[in-house]
Amino acid sequence: MTVRETIYIETPLTGRALSVLHSGDQVQIFGVIYTARDAAHERMWKAIQQGQELPFDPKGQIIFYVGPTPPPPGRIIGSAGPTTASRMDPFTPMLIERGLKGMIGKGRRSEKVRQTAMAHGCVYFGSVEGTAALLSGCIQHAEVVAFEDLGPEAIYRLTVTGFPSIVVNDLHGRDLYEEGRHLYRRLRTG
Amino acid sequence: MRKIHVDDIVATLRQLCIDANIEIRPDTVEAYHRALEQEESETGREVLQQLILNAEVAKELRIPFCQDTGYAVVFVELGQNVHISGGSFVDALNEGVRLGYQQGFLRKSIVNNALQRINTGDNTPAVVNTEIVPGDKLKIRLLIKGAGCDNVSALRMCTPAEGLAAAKDFIVEIADNAGPNASPPYVIGVGMGGPFAQAALLAQKALLWPIGKPNPDKSLAAIEAELLERINSLGIGPAGFGGSITALGVHIETSATHIASFPVAVNVDCHSHRGKEVVI
Repeated sequence: MTVRETIYIETPLTGRALSVLHSGDQVQIFGVIYTARDAAHERMWKAIQQGQELPFDPKGQIIFYVGPTPPPPGRIIGSAGPTTASRMDPFTPMLIERGLKGMIGKGRRSEKVRQTAMAHGCVYFGSVEGTAALLSGCIQHAEVVAFEDLGPEAIYRLTVTGFPSIVVNDLHGRDLYEEGRHLYRRLRTG
Repeated sequence: MRKIHVDDIVATLRQLCIDANIEIRPDTVEAYHRALEQEESETGREVLQQLILNAEVAKELRIPFCQDTGYAVVFVELGQNVHISGGSFVDALNEGVRLGYQQGFLRKSIVNNALQRINTGDNTPAVVNTEIVPGDKLKIRLLIKGAGCDNVSALRMCTPAEGLAAAKDFIVEIADNAGPNASPPYVIGVGMGGPFAQAALLAQKALLWPIGKPNPDKSLAAIEAELLERINSLGIGPAGFGGSITALGVHIETSATHIASFPVAVNVDCHSHRGKEVVI
């Protein structure tokens, strides 16, 4: 796999900025992103079912699947790396249909999420899990916007600078996990 | 009879929880470096370099290596000539975890039960496994167990006729199914034997082994090496972006079992393989 130049992207995202991205591209993200994981997704799903407003407008935004550690004194946020994205799969299409343009997590997505994302122009980025101390350094500002009672699962609005990710699922139907595995798979029989 | 006061146990556990989450196991970092030499994928090598850098940053800033500061799983070896004084032993372990997670700014990830799912707010209760051994020492081994990788773990009751061949296929299949989801390269703990529940416990205990240190039993060491090679040929690679290092180590614990059974449990740990031990 060839390593390409880092591509810089800024939120809120536009279709044009995303269409040039390809699976395997290294990017750095600048601007506002939102956090949400299991419990926050379930609450947003319920809000939609009940016709209520979402805590933030997903249009053009990126959701980062993370539950950070509490900030020690003098720090903006604690460690903050991605969690397994597939647990959010049941709730993700409804957010994509409402304009979500990017997701940051780890691990593969369901067929339905990949199809919905492609149809609506939403890119899935992978960040390196377990580099939570490093990623924390890219976060310039953090504030809770909803569900504070959920603790680490609350929705935060983060301002990030140079947040590193790799494009996993692009808008052209490619999947870095599948391609990467295929390239290095050397299975011998039983 | 040697006396150990519960206050010493509280202080020890508190420090273990903080240190284990901030300073990743030295054998884990060594395993990253070995993997870096072997990894063929450029992206894979970059991921490993980020993990090494992350370990340094976490230690320097005194913040956790990973945001999932895990389940506190405690393995205790209690010398039979030790008298625990001043209160309850298990309460002291939990108090140590409570203080460590609160004062160390670690994430509280434990809910009260699987159905109600109310966060206990202090990462307790810990899981405590106690073994009574000869002597007058107290050995406490803490394993920080993240959930993403625990979620892809599995157990299969093979039959004796299916035997080792089926067990090996099952272990490789679990790693393959985990794919990019559970933070590869993995550390794979395998438990073979016991009744059902014992196999799972053995698999978890196997994760306490220093990564890459071969099993003292030569035949088991050979199986570990074979499994590692097969898992590394799956192509999943660091962070699942493709590569030749999918696991850092495979470790096996075995025990007695029933004539009718061949239980095999696989406990997957992510590359953020954390833990620490101390002898009081």
